Amino acid sequence: MDTMPRWADVALIPLLNLLIAFVLSGLVILAIGENPIEAVETMITGALGSTYGWGYTLYYTTNFLFTGLAVSVAFHARLFNIGGEGQATLGGLGVALACLSVNWPHWLVALPVALTAAALFGAAWALIPAYFQAKRGSHIVITTIMFNFIGAALLNYMLVNVLKPAGQMEPASGNFPPGASLPTFQDIFAFTGGTLFRGAPANITFFIGVAACFLVWWLIWHTRLGYAIRSFGQSEPAAVYAGISPVKITVIAMLISGALAGAMAINNVMGEAERLVLNSVEGAGFIGIAVALMGRSHPFGVFLAALLFGFLYQGGAELSLWTSIPRELVIVVQALVILFTGALDNMVRMPVERMFIAARLARAEAKRAKPAEAAE
Amino acid sequence: MTVMKSILGAAATLALAAGAALAEPALIYDLGGKFDKSFNEAAFNGASRWAEETGGSFRDIELSSEAQREQALRRFAEQGFNPIVTTGFSMAGPIETVAPDYPDIKFVTIDGYVDPEKHPNVLSVLFSEHEGSYLVGMAAAMASKSGTVGFVGGMDIPLIRKFACGYAQGVKAVNPDAKVIANMTGSDPSAWNDPVKGGEITKAQIGQGADVVFAAAGGTGLGVLQTAADEGIYSIGVDSNQNYLHPGSVLTSMLKRVDNAVYDAMTAGEGLETGVAVKDLSNRGVGIALDGYNEKLMSFEALASIYDAAAKIEAGEIEVHDYSADDSCPDLQF
Repeated sequence: MDTMPRWADVALIPLLNLLIAFVLSGLVILAIGENPIEAVETMITGALGSTYGWGYTLYYTTNFLFTGLAVSVAFHARLFNIGGEGQATLGGLGVALACLSVNWPHWLVALPVALTAAALFGAAWALIPAYFQAKRGSHIVITTIMFNFIGAALLNYMLVNVLKPAGQMEPASGNFPPGASLPTFQDIFAFTGGTLFRGAPANITFFIGVAACFLVWWLIWHTRLGYAIRSFGQSEPAAVYAGISPVKITVIAMLISGALAGAMAINNVMGEAERLVLNSVEGAGFIGIAVALMGRSHPFGVFLAALLFGFLYQGGAELSLWTSIPRELVIVVQALVILFTGALDNMVRMPVERMFIAARLARAEAKRAKPAEAAE
Repeated sequence: MTVMKSILGAAATLALAAGAALAEPALIYDLGGKFDKSFNEAAFNGASRWAEETGGSFRDIELSSEAQREQALRRFAEQGFNPIVTTGFSMAGPIETVAPDYPDIKFVTIDGYVDPEKHPNVLSVLFSEHEGSYLVGMAAAMASKSGTVGFVGGMDIPLIRKFACGYAQGVKAVNPDAKVIANMTGSDPSAWNDPVKGGEITKAQIGQGADVVFAAAGGTGLGVLQTAADEGIYSIGVDSNQNYLHPGSVLTSMLKRVDNAVYDAMTAGEGLETGVAVKDLSNRGVGIALDGYNEKLMSFEALASIYDAAAKIEAGEIEVHDYSADDSCPDLQF
């Protein structure tokens, strides 16, 4: 029996966690002699107060959607994929190779190819750790995180030695052809006069990300494969008894996870930078873990958590632009949110659970007392 | 409603405050961060010197993500900050995108190159790091007893190879038989800030016989200099004058006067001359550091031959090969 009503589990606990994180952050900001109220106002106006702010918030959100979904899918099979960073890096390489290979006539043609390349590269990067986990029992946490480093080194090699145009100092690929340029929100909402989302990097990939949420939801809860993934995650012996091959499910779950992480590159490489730069993922793979934890591995939860982290990223940027709060402190605020929503979840959950149990006991007590009264 | 009001109020004050800051300069640091004891900090020092001397003020930001490059440029340009000075070659691309939208604003990229024909409102400041590295290479070869010297780079990118290549040429110019061991700390940006690994690489190089090590590695270099001091060998600092860090062990420093570049740009203000400015030995953009901390370490003969070489480089008699010109180095294999 559930100890808590569902609304408390999915809404109350995360909100309480957030509240504690924000209060603590406020105290930290106060401690360095800045005004926390002003800081919050700067963050909110900067991230949500204009279409420009939304354009950046949704851009970051899109990144976290993909990596969050990637981690979620693996979670359902009880696989802790912390290689989202490397898989997204490789996805970027796939996108760059696809975009640079042909002088694309139109983005509608380029997008499916680039998306496929991104997903394939990301999946391939997840395949090796998955195979080792399934066949050899090498722990997926160790192998995926190591593959992040290998991915970074591979990208560096490709950029410095292969993709970098001669004479260019920066280790980055050349610019993608104009035909591979994805429409940004500014283009999409141009019919309103062109001032909406001006200069912001949010692009059509956001809608692909939302579609991916639905796809993952459908996959996990409405297909045989999703059922197999979940049952394998709940109990491996039971899954084996039911005729589900652990090797197959481990590999497939990781392939899907890697493909989702890789697909993120459509947003940051093809949509925003329009060329491949070093460090293009910049931690989104790791934020994805927090997003999946906070979203309880459910696509809708992931969406909300991604939105929150998008807000934190864009709000944080505005903080460093207009206040003298140092960059490191913005990271502290983000870290506190991760800490309380992810790692210290039980700290809030246990007392709240006890509260609900106490309330229920009291109700039961009252119920028992009533018939007794009536009998008197 | 009240929340909305206060939000709008905050936006209005923000806009007012920013509007009042018209024509102040702005400074955008690269991802390494403001206080890296090296490249970005030199930029901050230059800006602070300008602010102290003129009583002016400037706005600065430390970037924390790639997407913020363009964002910070646009936000500052829209608020009328002028000139907008940026550090790091990675800003060149975003400046190319943003500069045409704000023709009245002057942009400065330090270490980046933006085509002056296409973007008349951009100043590209480039340093001839290979020339300065050549000079410290000579110093290293003359101080070395084993005939083996080391180079510890930060992240493996062409810019750092340019340092290494100039250094190797300087070493070989003094002692053609000398051995140069060149290692890079890593292949991702964390290589700029990993003093522990820098120290390990230094120990490995000492194991191979190196007795002078040149660190061109940002924050990682601090570990290199520390290890060199602990092990009793010489080290060479970079960008800022780092001679004071370990007196007696830091042989000299390869100076890259980012601070002067920032100071000059802010002094020129809105009247800044754009185009391409090359800072080399002849205009003291790069150089070799001599001060009270290392004057006893450099012999008179060594100094004489280094100054002689510097004069010859300025006069064009010695040509130091620039790695970034053709992505190859005559005296060093990577």
